[in-house]
Amino acid sequence: MKDISEIRADFPILNRKVYNRPLVYFDNGATTQKPQCVLDTVDEVYKMYNGNIHRGVHFLSDMSSEAYENARIKVRSFINADKREEIIFTSGTTGSINGIAFSFGERYIKQGDEIILSRLEHHANIVPWQMMCERKGAALRVIPINENGEIILDEYYKLLTSKTRLVAVAQASNALGTVLPVKEIITAAHSFNVPVLIDGAQGIQHGIVDVKTMNCDFYVFSGHKIYGPSGIGVLYGKEKWLSELDPFQGGGDMVDKVTFEKTTYSELPFKFEAGTMNYPGAIGLARAIDYVLDTGIEEIASREQELLSYASERLSGIKGLKIYGQSPHKISTISFLIKDIHQYDTGMILDKMGIAVRTGTHCAQPVMDNYGIDGTVRASLCFYNTNEEIDTLASGIEKVKSMFA
Amino acid sequence: MTIIEVQDNIVEEFSLFDDWMDKYNLLIDLGKELPVIDPKYKVKDFLIEGCQSKVWLHPRYDGKMITFTADSDAIITRGIVALLIKVLSDRSPDEIITSDLYFIDKIGLRQNLSPTRSNGLLAMVRQMKLYAMAYNAQNK
Repeated sequence: MKDISEIRADFPILNRKVYNRPLVYFDNGATTQKPQCVLDTVDEVYKMYNGNIHRGVHFLSDMSSEAYENARIKVRSFINADKREEIIFTSGTTGSINGIAFSFGERYIKQGDEIILSRLEHHANIVPWQMMCERKGAALRVIPINENGEIILDEYYKLLTSKTRLVAVAQASNALGTVLPVKEIITAAHSFNVPVLIDGAQGIQHGIVDVKTMNCDFYVFSGHKIYGPSGIGVLYGKEKWLSELDPFQGGGDMVDKVTFEKTTYSELPFKFEAGTMNYPGAIGLARAIDYVLDTGIEEIASREQELLSYASERLSGIKGLKIYGQSPHKISTISFLIKDIHQYDTGMILDKMGIAVRTGTHCAQPVMDNYGIDGTVRASLCFYNTNEEIDTLASGIEKVKSMFA
Repeated sequence: MTIIEVQDNIVEEFSLFDDWMDKYNLLIDLGKELPVIDPKYKVKDFLIEGCQSKVWLHPRYDGKMITFTADSDAIITRGIVALLIKVLSDRSPDEIITSDLYFIDKIGLRQNLSPTRSNGLLAMVRQMKLYAMAYNAQNK
């Protein structure tokens, strides 16, 4: 693997200063920074071959359509899906979940049906299902969590009944970092013939994702959290589901034949891709995937686990600091509070020291309610971060303590 | 002092500090000095909920002037709340409605009143003006 200085040199923004201090970027759970090769790729699309995909007869349109379809093939092999038809591009994780919640709801959900989620979910994996349940008269069932921030599997097994129509859970919690036992969740659901959607927003960038081994029915993620551009995301679905479901959006390019009486839809994957798609984003995402593969996804994962253990040790050594989420299975995300100091105050002062963290509920209010708190400070690390940056955070926290004492 | 004079004083006070930490230390001190809101007003009716921090704001009107007391769960927010109280409390409804709050921008705390920050402060300013409008309407 490249050494850390080579890795950091790949990301131009990591060199910059904020408030005259070197940037310490610990908000990777919200969005990751982009390597130069991704920036160059997106730049090249616009400079060299920008043309609307699947429409033109001309050179540029052909070239961008081909690059876009190659991006689909790249994503397919990256997550080990069976077919390129199973890869739908969307605007992001939120777009993917909203789409599936709509189409799945319209097709299969009736009054009295149930959808199972976990208490660890991001609002993006709660609200679309809630909206669908309200439309259909269905109900949400929620898997509770323990004090460590892990879901309680036994409680999950009790929730699975003949009323269950779908299970939707995160691969990892954005708020606490807990990695969920998706394999067990999926196996149990399948024994009830219930499909499972995995929200991979916090999973895809931290280790190998193999949808075939995992055997999930749907897998969704965002490009911008895996070093790709914003505004592009992926919805993977098993072909069997995607062919049964109707489109969640109508428009150009997703149709076969349109008359005012009746419209027939294109084949997969195009039937789910209405209108002009974010092809520069998709092409940039493919480049980001190549970057991750070149760097080594296992190497990335093991570096991140080292960072996590150093950070956990360093932060738990600080008097008055409490870490929320103590599972032994975590992505490199640490949520914490300093005794008697509001998370917003901590975040504001850390910011002025050049340290970017997130504060608040992290779009996961049910998680915060579980602990009876209003929010936390979250440091979400990734492979380009360093132990020295963790030291900077630790001394930053000491400074915060002295200011608010 | 007029609203403009109070704002100019605040701007001058903050201009003594170049360093961000000093500015924030001043805010923390101001937050500590903020006259305490009566705990009976720290209830839902007077709560302005932001997703980053909460603000409680209580108005009292004697027929001429509105006196505001307020509090926040975050100390830096409380510091800015204290500044807003200094500028807008004990004023007539008309003064409050027509006030132009430029000091926040001038002391470099503009992000704190941005709609995307959601810390309750922007909503607090709006609420102060709404109370003023309501009392004005009451008078007519």
